[in-house]
This record gives sequence, structure tokens and C-alpha cells, in this order.
Amino acid sequence: MERRKFGKKLFTLVVSSTVFGGLLKKANAQTKDYDPSKHYYGMGIQTNKCIGCGKCVEACKDENNVPKEPFFFRTWVERYTIKKDGEVTVQNIDSRITTHRDNIFEKEILRSFFVPKLCNQCDNPPCVQVCPVGATFKTEDGVIIVDDERCIGCRYCIQACPYGARYLHPEKQTADKCTFCYHRITKGLPPACVEVCPSQARIFGDLKSGASPLGRFKRLFKLHVLKPFLNTEPKVSYSDLDGEVR
Amino acid sequence: MIQPLHQTLYELLKQATGFIYPNEIEVHWGILVVVYPYLTGLVAGAFILASLVKVFNVKEVQSVYRLSLLTALAFLIIAPLPLLLHLGHPERSFEIFLNPNFTSAMAMFGFVYAWYLMVVLLLEIWFTYRKDIILWSKNERFMMRWIHKIISLFSTDVSEKSVIFDKKMVKVITIIGIPSAFLLHGYVGFIFGSIKANPWWSSVLMPIVFLFSAIVSGIALVILIYMIVTPSRRQEIDMACLDKMASFLFYAVIIDFSLELLDFIHRLYESEESIKILSDLVMNKLFISLGIIQVLLGMLLPLGVMVAIKFFRFDAELRKLLYFVSAILIQLGIFATRWNVVVGGQMFSKSFRGLTAYKMELTGFEGIFMALLLLVLPFIVLAILVKILPPWEPAPVSDLEAVSD
Repeated sequence: MERRKFGKKLFTLVVSSTVFGGLLKKANAQTKDYDPSKHYYGMGIQTNKCIGCGKCVEACKDENNVPKEPFFFRTWVERYTIKKDGEVTVQNIDSRITTHRDNIFEKEILRSFFVPKLCNQCDNPPCVQVCPVGATFKTEDGVIIVDDERCIGCRYCIQACPYGARYLHPEKQTADKCTFCYHRITKGLPPACVEVCPSQARIFGDLKSGASPLGRFKRLFKLHVLKPFLNTEPKVSYSDLDGEVR
Repeated sequence: MIQPLHQTLYELLKQATGFIYPNEIEVHWGILVVVYPYLTGLVAGAFILASLVKVFNVKEVQSVYRLSLLTALAFLIIAPLPLLLHLGHPERSFEIFLNPNFTSAMAMFGFVYAWYLMVVLLLEIWFTYRKDIILWSKNERFMMRWIHKIISLFSTDVSEKSVIFDKKMVKVITIIGIPSAFLLHGYVGFIFGSIKANPWWSSVLMPIVFLFSAIVSGIALVILIYMIVTPSRRQEIDMACLDKMASFLFYAVIIDFSLELLDFIHRLYESEESIKILSDLVMNKLFISLGIIQVLLGMLLPLGVMVAIKFFRFDAELRKLLYFVSAILIQLGIFATRWNVVVGGQMFSKSFRGLTAYKMELTGFEGIFMALLLLVLPFIVLAILVKILPPWEPAPVSDLEAVSD
């Protein structure tokens, strides 16, 4: 009996590692024969699922070499607290600045929730429009990227982004922003923030493929984007988005 | 370099009120970007004053025509410096000329600047001075002789026909020049006015407000330079000229003031989503620089003084003093205007929920000393230009006769 169990476990291990190894290999191989024209990326954020743990922020900083100081973010999480008298308090969830926790009594709170933020990868991106040298551009698969060997550091794109999604990298002195982890997604891997999210509040996917978690998300929920009146046409859409979120 | 930045940002983080997007703590366009539109404004303004003289043939102001042109050139030469210094990678700045992105307002900088410098200012100055340079070079010593010969591009023709042609060309260039000057500074306004993400900037009036504030500052500057330089040359200030310039200044200030008032009332009346945070901005962060310096000291007070001069018959000495003080106040006010646009536009969060803070450094590229240096440099350039191309003494006619003999 014991032996059979062991054999079974060994078999599972061998099979799963072969499959996993194969998948990894395939993932690596995908960069070479990756065809950007076959993809168009987007993200869905199921606001209700976010628990504000900040794992996505940490993972993003580690993955993308974002400075650890609390002034540079490719993604961040906002906490909204709306009191019964209508007063709205918003905070950036950051493990390093927890000193100014507000003293709102629970009974005064009408509703409270978290909203993850990141570059909206606009389809009509103002940052790309204003870049004087074309260092910021939209890839064929729909991601907005900064070429840090061409960026002159004029910061016009930072001014033009309505979402505060860009910052000037203090070491490189060039503009920096979320790329949906372009180096990962072109290998078939999800962005770092999506991979670590414990509650699966972030759903990454290909807008071109119908049957996908993102497709399901878009089918099931009423969706909204941030600042739609600016006609930036974000490719990051939110479900259950509160009207107070800007 | 990085450590002090982080220290500053930690300090600023404490000063921010309400909620700001976390990336908004760093104010990206600081004092240098304030200096840039201030300098180009002076260029456009000084040039437009010179053009008024030529196009409308205003005889009184004829004596400052050349001085205005040289002032415009001196400031134009320095104007790109603050931009260059504030770039993260100044060594890549030439990319703007080589690989311009045609949808970017900023990328047009290279073309607008080159057009204005090469086609308008240099050409107009060359045709204005050509005959004089040739005549000067006849009786000069080695150094100046060669400088003038090179500047005249080795032209030697001072015949009546060629002088008439020069005059014709100046007229043509002036006519091209006025819309070009409008373009130069209107375009700087467009850089800010076209940013839909920023409600403080995003306004169709922005280029026009920039333009008229430029005219105001340019005329005031030429008045100041004229009033300082003339006595230092032991010459009498021509009151007819000064009165006329002050009169132009008066009308320009009225138009500028009306436009800014219109912008203010329009925003208040429309009362869009951003109105609350913008009111906070004006009442807290910009109260002194906008309410007191820009509007009260820089606009209403000089306007009052100039109205008083028009109504009462002050004697020449008092008028001189009042013009001088008004022109200084106006410079201060226009600098504050640039500050309020550039820095003010970054003092509130695009979440409309909080205000940020700006700390100006003393030293370093983005410091006060650098800004002061950049404001002084154009005057040094102007001094050199005046040495090479004296704006007050057309070459004596006897020289002309001597050459033609």
C-alpha cells in the first residue's frame, strides 16, 4: 500500500515536472516566434476582490527594478473610505507609510474599498502624442512602452498622463511606467502583479482571444474605465467602480 | 544626486495635503521651465514692438527699433538654455531635430525656433544693418573690421539701389515676422494649453494669454533697457518715444488683463469638476504669487499708475520715475504669471483630491542661482551685440558719399 502510494506520488512528480518543464521551455521559445500582430492586451480589475495587501506593488517593484522609495510606482493601490457625511478619504497603501493611519470610527464609515491603479495602456494615449522624440510608443500588441535609450527626459509625458501613471526614473533619468511586464507577457507569462494577486482581483488577457478569463470578465460584469471623458480609451477596465474613484 | 532627491521628496511628502497620486510628489517642471516661457515672451514682445514701428511707421519709437531687435535676438539666443539644462538627457536633445514626433507640440520647438531665428530675426537684423556694417568696416581697426566684414557676409554694395532693396526686404520680413512672433509665443502657450489632463492648463485661451503677456513683458523690457542705457550714454531720454512706448504698454496690459479676467470668470462660471481643487490651489498655494504679485502688483497697480499719467499732466521727471517703476512691477508680474502657470499647474493632484508642494533648491541645475544666471545671461549677450552692432548711430552719410566717390 505504502509502496503504491509512493509510486503514485513519484509518477505525479515526474509527469508534472515534465509538463511544467515543457511549458517553461515553450514559454521561453515563445519569445522567438512571438507574433505581436496576433495579440492585443488588456486588463480587467475586479475592484470588489482587492483586499489591499499591496503584494502587487511589491512584486512590480521587484520585477521591474522600480526604486523602493514611496515616490515611484508602476502600480499602486488606493484605499477609499467614504463617511456617512460624504467625506471621502483616500490613501495610497504602502507598507512604508503606515504612520498616518486615520482615526475614522467604524460606525462613521458608509463604505470602504480598495482600487488598484496602473497605466491604463490607453488606446488613444496622450503620452505618446506629446513625446517630442517618439521615445514613448504603442506596440503592435497594444502596450505603451518607453524606449529609455531615446527618452530625453523632458517629462512632457508625465504632465500629459491624466492618471499619474508615469514617473521619472531617478537613476536612468528617463520616463518610466507599467508595461504590463512586456518581457513576461511576450513569453506567455502573466504580469508580475497578476501572478501574485492572492484574490485574483487582476485579470490579464488578450483582447483578441474570445475564450479567456478576460473575455469572461468582460462578459459577466458591468465595466467602467477611469476618466472616460478624456477620450483616452483605456484598455484597463474596472468592475464595480465607485463614482468617487478618479 | 539621487539621495538628496529622495530626502527632498520625503520632506515634500509631509507637506502634501489630501490625496495625491503617489507619482505626483516630484514636481517635474521647476524654476527653469518658468524661466523658459518668460524669456521667449520677452523675445516675442520686443520683436512685436519693433514690428509696430516698421509696419505702422510710428515715428516716435523709431529710435528704439534697432535696440528692440537686438534685445529680441539676445533673449532668443539664451531662451533654449533653461530647457536644455532641465532635460534628463541633454546630450540627446538633438533628437528633437533629427527624429521629431510630429504629433508633439514640443517637437515643433526646433522648427519654430529655427524659423524665427534664421528667417526672421537674423535676416531682419542683417538687412537693417547691412549698409551701416559695410560703412563702419571701412574706418575700423583689424579686429572690428573683420568681425563686421564677416557679419556683412562680405557684401560691399552700398549703392542707392541696394539700400532701397534692404528697406524693402525689412518691410517684407517684418510682415512675415509678426505672425512668426505670434507663433513663437502662442506655440509656447499651446504646449501647456493642449494638455487635457491638466485643467489648470487646458484652455484654448492659453496661447492668446501667453501672447499678450509676452507683448506686455517685451515692451516693458525695452522701456527699462532704454531708460537705463540712454542716461549711461549721457544722452537725453526722448520723452515722445517713452510716452509712446508706455502708451503701447498700457493698451497691451488692458488686453492681457481682460483676457485673464475672462479666463477666470469662465472657469468660475462653468464650475467644472476641478473647480474645488483649483480654488484651493489659488487660495493656498498661489495666493501670494497670483493674487498679490501677478494681479495686484504686476497688473492693477501699474495700470492705475498709467491711467493716472494719462489723466494728470505730470512733469517729465515724475513720468520717467513712474514709467520705470511700472515697468519693473510689470516684469515681476509677468514672471509671476509664468510661475503660476508652470508651477501652479503641478501643485494639485490630477485626482483633484490634494495639493502638493514645491521646494526650490539654491544651487544645482534646478536652483535659484542657475535661474538668476539664465536671467542675467541675455543682458550680457545684449551688451556684446550692442558693442558689435551699435543700435543708435546709423553710419554717417558722408561715409556713404566717400565710398560712392
